[in-house]
Amino acid sequence: MVSIPLEERMRTVRFKVDDQPHIVVNAAVCAKCSVRACVYVCPANLFVPLDDGGILFNYEECFECGTCYIACNQEGAIQWSYPRGGYGVTFREA
Amino acid sequence: MALLSKEASLALVQQVHRLIGMKNGVAPHDAPRPRPQRNAPRPGAERFDVIVVGAGPAGSAAALVAARAGLKVLLLERGEYPGAKNVSGAAFYGSAILHDLIPNWWEQAPVERYLTRRVLAFMTAETSVAIDFRTTRFAEPPYNGFSILRPKFDRWFADQAVAAGAFLLNAAVVDEVLWEDDQVVGVRVRRDEGDLRADVVIACDGANSFLAKNAGLQREFHAHEMSLGVKEVLALDEAIIRERFHLHDNDGLAIEYIGAITEEVSGGGFLYTNRDSLSLGVIGQISSLAEHKRRPYELLETFKRHPAVAPLVRGGRVREYSAHIIPEAGWNMLPKLYTGGMLVAGDAAALCFVAGLYLEGINYAIQSGIAAGETAVAAHQERDFSARSLARYVERLRARHVITDFANYRHAPALVNSPRLQNLYPEIIAAGAEQVFRVNGGPKRKLLPIALEALRRAQVSPVHVLQDALQAGRSFGW
Repeated sequence: MVSIPLEERMRTVRFKVDDQPHIVVNAAVCAKCSVRACVYVCPANLFVPLDDGGILFNYEECFECGTCYIACNQEGAIQWSYPRGGYGVTFREA
Repeated sequence: MALLSKEASLALVQQVHRLIGMKNGVAPHDAPRPRPQRNAPRPGAERFDVIVVGAGPAGSAAALVAARAGLKVLLLERGEYPGAKNVSGAAFYGSAILHDLIPNWWEQAPVERYLTRRVLAFMTAETSVAIDFRTTRFAEPPYNGFSILRPKFDRWFADQAVAAGAFLLNAAVVDEVLWEDDQVVGVRVRRDEGDLRADVVIACDGANSFLAKNAGLQREFHAHEMSLGVKEVLALDEAIIRERFHLHDNDGLAIEYIGAITEEVSGGGFLYTNRDSLSLGVIGQISSLAEHKRRPYELLETFKRHPAVAPLVRGGRVREYSAHIIPEAGWNMLPKLYTGGMLVAGDAAALCFVAGLYLEGINYAIQSGIAAGETAVAAHQERDFSARSLARYVERLRARHVITDFANYRHAPALVNSPRLQNLYPEIIAAGAEQVFRVNGGPKRKLLPIALEALRRAQVSPVHVLQDALQAGRSFGW
């Protein structure tokens, strides 16, 4: 199918998940943020707003694109580095 | 307005270059952030002549040039293999450049199709007006451009550097450079015993350019300077591709879409034909995505459903979804390109040329990689790795027209991302074309009243149009 939901689309991508997260989100900073750009811009929809005002974040299916930390206007909310060598996303066609 | 003579415009450009400090090879940018701690290499670190960080097109070109000259070169790649982390459209327009480096490279490289047709389409929600360029002259070696798939192409290109004598180390991520006094003398790979020494470090670590930032050569980016591209590779039968896109054999086309394709978000769309798949995606300015609270993959769906796009992708099966950022601000975000013992090339140097008519990067990556490799070779010949010696990298970039292209088009990115150009003018062009082509028994109207009425309806003053036309002229015309 040409049109598919994001979950199905994400299944076309190979990830070798590291046990150490390469992105760390500071929940205390996020709780005070009203903009929440990360929720919208992430191409893998890894930032999910919670009812209590926090952000649920999942690093496992990350494209390592960097969009979230560039969009984030809250100082220190997103600590971003690349995963360890060999881990993370592996594109075959891209 | 009278056009400037060629000499006068050249003098003007030179004057501007002097004013904005290009003589020093330093583009204007914000104050660099506080310099991170400068670590020295641990004793006993292995030593190379050149370490290239990142095995994309810039890194492999640099490693190839340096290895051919007989230097001991280490090419570091953080992915499982070169290209594993890399995403482009991908249309590669630098065939002749690579041909100089590897004659008839297309005969051995994994290319998809040589591009003979380029389409620029202005879109509204229901309409598209396109410029369709096609020439058999791009079907002759060395060709003008190819559609490629980066994981395959980059892997092949890195293999060429290895064949020339470079060492390739995969699964090696580099977080920082190592210093002695004011000289970069190596890198720290994130693993045990990870310190490696080199006379020259060439940072080709991509658009996030962590290494350039770590060395204090690049600042943090603003969300309006970066775009996010999301993309799909859609499997489609080879015969269908040929029929659907009016292709003869292994020729192909590249379509770029501007206008409402990304709704109110600043950006555009693209579609390239591969051998048995299509690469298509949307690009959105990060600040604009955030401002309008639009999710990139939803824009991708909207794009695929557009009445002008849907018939082109019909029957395609998603083979892979991917995403990557694109440095779009051109001249205004170039880093300082060198320091003692270090050069920056490719996307890491923000050498992406995104300006409406143009959507290029791999060519500039290879050009800058070659220039960096040559600079490292010359530095080794003179045993001088100081900033003064490596400054000649900027001369080489200028000779290869990299720096000059970015300087000459420095006004283009802001113009291209302006709301009028993004949405309003495509709307006016489409509405105007519809009026011209619609036959309903009313009187035929000439073009000027149609244009003026469209502007009035859009509440745009002709003064703004003139200003934009002047700005467009300054960006693209002269």
